[in-house]
Amino acid sequence: MKDLAARALDACQFLGAQYADIRIVYSEIESVAVRNGHVAAMASEESRGFGIRVLCDGAWGFAASSVLAGFEIDRVAEQAVAVARASAMAMRKPVDLGEPVVGKGRYETPVEVDPFRVPLARKLEILMAADAAMAGVKAVRTREGQLGWQRQTKLFASTEGAWVEQVIVESGGGIEATAVSESDAQKRSYPNSLGRHTGTTGFELVDEIDLPGNAARIAEEAAALLTAPPCPAGETTLVLDASQLALQVHESVGHPIELDRVFGMEASFAGTSFLEPGMAGAFRYGSDLVNVTADATVPGGLGTFGYDDEGVPAQATPIIRDGIFRNFLTSRETASEIGQASNGTMRAVSWAHIPLIRMTNVNLEPGDVPSLDALIADVADGVYMETNKSWSIDDKRLNFQFGTELAREIKNGRLGRILRNPTYTGITPRFWASCDALGDRTTWRMWATPNCGKGQPGQMAHVGHGAPVGRFHNVQVGSSRR
Amino acid sequence: MITVPSPLPTREDARRVADRVLELSGADQTEVVLLGTDNRLTRFAANQVHQNVATRDLEIRVRAVMGRRVGVATTNDPSDEALRRVVERAALVARMQPENPDFKGLPSGGGVGAAEMPRAFSERTASFSAGDRAEVVAAICSDAASAGLTASGAFETGAATLTVANSLGVFGHHAGTKATLSTVVMGPDSSGYASRMALDAGDIDGAAVGREAIGKAVRGREPAEVEPGKWTVILEEYAVADMLAYLSFIGLGAMACQQGSSFMAGRIGERVCGDLVSIWDDTADSSGLMSPIDYEGVPRRRVDLIERGVARAVVHDSFTAGRARCESTGHALPAPNPYGPFPSSLFMAGGDRGKEELLHGAERAIWVTRFHYVNVMDPKTTVITGLTRDGTFLVENGRIVRPIKNLRFTEEILGAFSRITALTRETRLLPTWFGAVRCPAVRIEGFTFSGTTSSDAP
Repeated sequence: MKDLAARALDACQFLGAQYADIRIVYSEIESVAVRNGHVAAMASEESRGFGIRVLCDGAWGFAASSVLAGFEIDRVAEQAVAVARASAMAMRKPVDLGEPVVGKGRYETPVEVDPFRVPLARKLEILMAADAAMAGVKAVRTREGQLGWQRQTKLFASTEGAWVEQVIVESGGGIEATAVSESDAQKRSYPNSLGRHTGTTGFELVDEIDLPGNAARIAEEAAALLTAPPCPAGETTLVLDASQLALQVHESVGHPIELDRVFGMEASFAGTSFLEPGMAGAFRYGSDLVNVTADATVPGGLGTFGYDDEGVPAQATPIIRDGIFRNFLTSRETASEIGQASNGTMRAVSWAHIPLIRMTNVNLEPGDVPSLDALIADVADGVYMETNKSWSIDDKRLNFQFGTELAREIKNGRLGRILRNPTYTGITPRFWASCDALGDRTTWRMWATPNCGKGQPGQMAHVGHGAPVGRFHNVQVGSSRR
Repeated sequence: MITVPSPLPTREDARRVADRVLELSGADQTEVVLLGTDNRLTRFAANQVHQNVATRDLEIRVRAVMGRRVGVATTNDPSDEALRRVVERAALVARMQPENPDFKGLPSGGGVGAAEMPRAFSERTASFSAGDRAEVVAAICSDAASAGLTASGAFETGAATLTVANSLGVFGHHAGTKATLSTVVMGPDSSGYASRMALDAGDIDGAAVGREAIGKAVRGREPAEVEPGKWTVILEEYAVADMLAYLSFIGLGAMACQQGSSFMAGRIGERVCGDLVSIWDDTADSSGLMSPIDYEGVPRRRVDLIERGVARAVVHDSFTAGRARCESTGHALPAPNPYGPFPSSLFMAGGDRGKEELLHGAERAIWVTRFHYVNVMDPKTTVITGLTRDGTFLVENGRIVRPIKNLRFTEEILGAFSRITALTRETRLLPTWFGAVRCPAVRIEGFTFSGTTSSDAP
């Protein structure tokens, strides 16, 4: 790998590139999915390749190939430079990367139990035990469970002298129970919906989440939802569980703070942002209770790494402090536009894609309320919502609507009956301004969004969000069925 | 060692790799899928090219069957050593699991005689260079800048080959190309969108795409607010394509039907929407996205899904067909696929109107260019939510009178389709997440807008 990397950088410089970098990546992904007591899918996937990114005549070019050979390195280097020169035909302002990044280092995800060494039999045993526990509920038509684990070994090197080797390991999974009646279908998931509970960690995460131990509960809840009353519409006090609050952070904080979005670089697909560069340090994003940090160093976070895909070391950046917006997520190119250095958020999902600004772990810091019960105790009339079901937000990240799998009435400080098809809507800064209580660290945990879409060609990034439980006043709630 | 010359494997090269995999495998049944891709994309924002990429890959996917146990392994290394490893891994994965009684086996070779589709491959697209794309993009950016606007978008050109072979005699090979150009043109308080898709990149009129988006952005200045509620709407093809894509995802595949979560479950033969609506999947139609075989090598068949509002069928792969005791319709996706089959080249029948004629007689209506961030709220009743974007206008007395701010909608797809009162005779080919859709623009009565958007942070 090292010889190929050096050959690529030399070739690019020889061809006239002002800057070049190469990522050589080998990824291994394994998964197992179970449905209704049978194995629905079991796979072992490997992919390796390299991508060369160059700046030539002030514009970007990128080319990638799966053929790891010297002749292909030469061809791809030439192609990357040609692509950059074509980009320069429609360039208005040359790219400025700011100060060189010359770090060298190595990072490896700390892992207690290597997921690749856990026998498949053990993995199947966990999923089948969860399946059996769900099978006892008659209304549940579909029982699903999945486990996945992956390892990405990558080398990053640049013509500035950066040289970084990393091994990133991820593990996780989840279960889902779908209950069906003649006119309805209701799903409950654990620990999170769409099987999306993963982290940069070993198999110890799977043991920790105890899928079999939670399976019967979610099956019973799915069945109960079929006959539950719909969530009533109105403006009320809303309490969110930590997993839904994590997604709220993702959609209404994580995305608008991506500086490339602010500069219009995602306008053609994912959208822009309501934030402007001048708002850093001045804009009130939420109540005084709202503190958000982007932290790529949190142990086990899905957005945790050692170096980003520009060789910038992982770091923690304050995003919101006491409700005031502080910093964007940046790359070398975008940071230099605002007179800063990159805070290390560029990642590509594979060797075949270019790095983009991606959330790392964008975390809502905990408050001081010691438990969910304590948070609810002050609520005379409200709704508690749990586990995301649907999500939609406008292209500037202002107007949103979310639905969750389950809600419960809150009456006189206590959780009451289950409610079906709950939704809530809001406008981002008004919603965060209505935050009047957050759970403390005992209610806080890391959650994952392994399906964050951005870019053209599209990339599904793995990002993390820590969040506690939270309470918001005067929120419009309702039901997805009319 | 087998080498696969760039850029994409020929039928013969792919057959050599596939035959070697089948030779190496000791499984009861073996399937190998080779997917070769050569994709290039020029992306632009703020009136300049800011990302420009070119990627080549060859994925080799092996499905090993031991009794009724199925294991899948992939590699993108065609060396003999890597082929041995991928075959061993697939077999190991298969051996480690219990039998699945629902699995009936791989498709057999008797049915494969699917003719190749040479018209699906355009040499011009395959050789379209970064310079060619930059030229088109530069023109759009220049026109936008001249109008005081900023253009962003993407021009993608790509070629792909699909080769499927199995130990039961299946063999199929297909090469295809596609090109898509889309742009969002923005002003301080307005935006416009346009998109085109074609097999031949030379058939895409970049200037026309730019003009369409620029025109909307110019006409969209100083948008007014309107109240949400039930409105007559004219949905352009972009918005209709989105609704069809979600309808497909929710319930036009057999898996969702068999699980009971699809709106089609138990309703084949029943009316599910208005009789102006006919939807089918057909990859042999050259006006769509052509492909002769699916990812199991089964010849793709035309499937009439909804015919004049009546549910007729869902699409199958061999697994769902086995459970339903029918034939696969040739809609398998790459294994392992726990989500089941999906349509890949959807068509919706057009009507008898020109696009401007959809305005006729509309006392008060909203013209929608496209939707944004659509998501499913209730799959059983096909309720989706999303927002309008990039060209939303108020119609009064049969004329577009002014631009309006974007709105959030919450609507049942089939309910809305039941209230279609007119469709354009012309249809447009557009890309979707699963392939492509060719559909008309439509007029719908009583479409529900559930909220407004606030374009200003307080």
